[in-house]
Order: sequence, then C-alpha cells, then structure tokens
Amino acid sequence: MKGFFFKLNFKYNLVSKNIILNEKDLEIIVNRLACQLIENHHDFSNTILIGLQPRGKYLLERLIHLLKNTYKMKVLNYGLLDITFYRDDFRRREKTLKASSTDNLNVEGKNIVLVDDVLFTGRSIRAALTAIETFGRPNQIELMILIDRRYSRHLPIQPDYRGRQIDVYDNQKVIVNWKEKEENDSVYIIDKK
Amino acid sequence: MNELSVDHLLGIKYLNINDINLIFETADHFKEVINRPIKKVPSLRDITIANLFFENSTRTKLSFELAQKRLSADIINFSSSQSSLKKGETLIDTVNNILAMKVDMVVIRHPNPGACMLLSENVNATIINAGDGSNEHPTQALLDSYSIKEKIGHLDNKNILIVGDISHSRVALSNIYALQLQGANVMVCGPKTLIPRYLNELGVLVENNFRKALEWCDVVNMLRLQNERMSNSFFPSTREYIQQYGLTMEILNSLSKNIIVMHPGPINRGVEISSDVADSNNSIILNQVENGVAIRMAIIYLLAQKKTLNS
Repeated sequence: MKGFFFKLNFKYNLVSKNIILNEKDLEIIVNRLACQLIENHHDFSNTILIGLQPRGKYLLERLIHLLKNTYKMKVLNYGLLDITFYRDDFRRREKTLKASSTDNLNVEGKNIVLVDDVLFTGRSIRAALTAIETFGRPNQIELMILIDRRYSRHLPIQPDYRGRQIDVYDNQKVIVNWKEKEENDSVYIIDKK
Repeated sequence: MNELSVDHLLGIKYLNINDINLIFETADHFKEVINRPIKKVPSLRDITIANLFFENSTRTKLSFELAQKRLSADIINFSSSQSSLKKGETLIDTVNNILAMKVDMVVIRHPNPGACMLLSENVNATIINAGDGSNEHPTQALLDSYSIKEKIGHLDNKNILIVGDISHSRVALSNIYALQLQGANVMVCGPKTLIPRYLNELGVLVENNFRKALEWCDVVNMLRLQNERMSNSFFPSTREYIQQYGLTMEILNSLSKNIIVMHPGPINRGVEISSDVADSNNSIILNQVENGVAIRMAIIYLLAQKKTLNS
C-alpha cells in the first residue's frame, strides 16, 4: 500500500517525495525541544530566542506558543533576525534573495538561542553569528535546529538542540512544511531538479 | 520582483513602479540596520566604488560615502578641482583610467545633463547618477518620496507641490517622475520665468499664486534658487522673491490644513523658507537626510547584486 502511494505521488508531482516526519512526529519533537530549553534556561529571564528569517520563524512561533500556554513561562524574550545582508554568497548566487524584517534585539549580556528549521552547510548560522554581533555582545549563543543534515557541513558548526538528524544526498533537499504557511505539518525529502 | 529592471541608475525616467517599491522595501531593512549599535553589513566587501564629483556637494557626497561604508565597500573619492580634467583629459578617459584600477561602480555628479548616460554607454562599470546638470537627481527624488511615504503612508492621489526654481532644478524633474509613477498629483509653483514650458506635457499642474498652491497641497517641497546656474536675471530681486514665494510660519499657520514641509538642502534660511518653518514639526527635512543614507544603501546594494548576475 505504501509503495502504491509513492508511485501515485511520483506520477502526479513528478518529484519523488520521501516523508520523514508527519504532524504527530513534529508535535512530539517540538514539545521535546521546548522541554530541553526549559531544562537549560529555567525561567528565561536572561534568554532571547531568535528565529532566523524566513523559515526559522515558524519553529520559533511553535516554541513560544508551547512555552507560554503549556509550560506557563511568564517572561519570554524573542525576535526575528534576517541574515540576507550578512551572507557570504551575495553576488555569487544565481537567484537574488529578498531580505525580510529584523526585530530590534537587545542582546547585550543575554543568552541567545538561534532557532532555524534545517541545518545544512552551516553558512547561514555563520552569517547569523555575525549579524547578532551588530546588536551587542551576548553572553552565549546556542543553536536549535529541527532537522540536522549530517555529513554536509562546510564550517565547524553543530547544533546544541536538534529535532532529528538525517542523512541526505547532496542532490536532495529537505522541505519543512508548517500548517501556518503550507497545507500541513510535515518534513520530507525531494530530489533537486 | 527581487531585482531592479535597470543596470545603472541614470534617472527615475528609466525606472518602473516595481523598481521603486523594491528600493523602498530594501531601504526599510537598511534603515533598521543603521539604527543598530553596529551600523554595518559586510555585503559589499569585495566592491570598490569611485565617487566622482565634478560639481560641489556636501550632503549627497557625505550620504553616498556613508552608505558605501555602511555596506563595507572600498571607496575612492575624486573631485574635479584636483583632477587632470584641468589638463584637458576627456570624461571617458578619466573614468576609464579610474576603472583600470579595478573599480566596480561609479557614482557621478556632473554639470552636464546626460554625462551619466554617456558614461554608461562607454565604460564597463555600474553608473549611479548623483545629479547631472539640470537633468535628474534620482537618489534625491527617491529619498523624498520615501520620506513622504514614511510620514503619510502612501502617495496615491496625494497632492504634492514643488515650489521655486523649477527650470534649473534636477531635483524637481526627478521628483515629478517619481511622484507621478507612484500615483501622486504634482503641482509646481514659482515665478513664470523659472517654470519651463514643457511641464504641461508631463501632466504637471502649474500655479503662480503661492497661497492657492499651498491650499491645494498635502506636501510642499521648497527648492533653493540655483543661483550658480542662472545666467540671466529671472526675477526683480531676492527680496521680491521672498515676499512672493518664501514660506513663513505665518503663512503655514493661516492654511486650512496641516501640510508637510520638505527641502532637499542646502537651505537658504530666510529666502525660500524661514528658520522657524525649517525647524517646525511640519518639517521633515532631517528625516530626508537620514533616509538618504538608507535609500542610497538600497540602490547600491541592488545594483551591485545586478552586476554580478549579468557578468
């Protein structure tokens, strides 16, 4: 039955799609990540959670929702950071990138947790570390990633909190769907065209 | 739309509304950047920009330099008074010599209209017009529109009045193009001798009565008398000009509505605009200066991106 489903999918989308996480899996993982944050950051009084634009925003929103409503955290500082102007591939990409907005972040002396959906080469995180510095000198910076693509790093960057570690070929892409933006919550792998 | 439709910024005439929106959106992000403790991004660290000013400039030159430094570009400055142009070298030769030193982008201000166009056709670099004679001053027009938009939300169907020396002003022409592209109604006002006849063809309203024009507008942009470009006497005396077209607090207070006052600088206090008006809450003159850096950062960033993609 499973084989039949994938055949159909392939036929209609012309792209092979390998689902790694469904809605339930994602819910469990995000919940665990929230608990790990509480374990290390206690009352969050000196912590800022920073979602990387554009896709880290959705994981950040889920975490904030859980921490506020389920775990009753009273003090939560968070914001969004855009790294477009700090990327190392400006003028080297075939497609141009459009910048997104950045919140006013007071990071001086704070414990920062960068939040993003997929960790691949690590270059975006390097750019984020440079971008964070423009707001001040944080006490420490940690990294939270939903999907960690193993064996693909170009830089010595590893996550402190990871949702799921996966092995993906270079010619494949990991897609994270959030129901706030897409139809459903899911993570899957597709072949790049 | 993630990129500009043009490879150079020669004038507003060559831009479309998507270009303007993209520049404004990018400028929003840069405005946030320049309000951080560290106001610098590393995007243009592999780019060298030459600022060629063949005419005097304070604000525009400083604003361009600051924008370039905020983007981490390397810059060289050149002013005609210290150059070999005095020794008879042509503009294209001068620029090609500078480009031979591996310069990627040229910001140029020149007294002759069309100098930027000539360069863009003859040299291999991105050209940004920082004012060419009485033709265009596109970055000023963009920062003016951006400042109005920031203050009143949008330009669609808003009434914008430009007062003063329209004939000799590159700011006026670029502003007319930019404002009309964004759906604003434009009126000019000034002595008949300083308003060119072709303006009607551009769909611009012309009014000689300053008071009537002020009652019509939502925003007034007061221009400076460009004495350096005036070969004849265009009005009887400066005193008479002030009486007819000088904006004072008394006039501003007597209007039936609150209007926004702009000035591209440099201000001749007490001539086109009185000191109290320039420093009043109606004035957004200093906002224009602040926005100038963000707008120029956006333009340089977007054009630098374009050049690589093409090459």
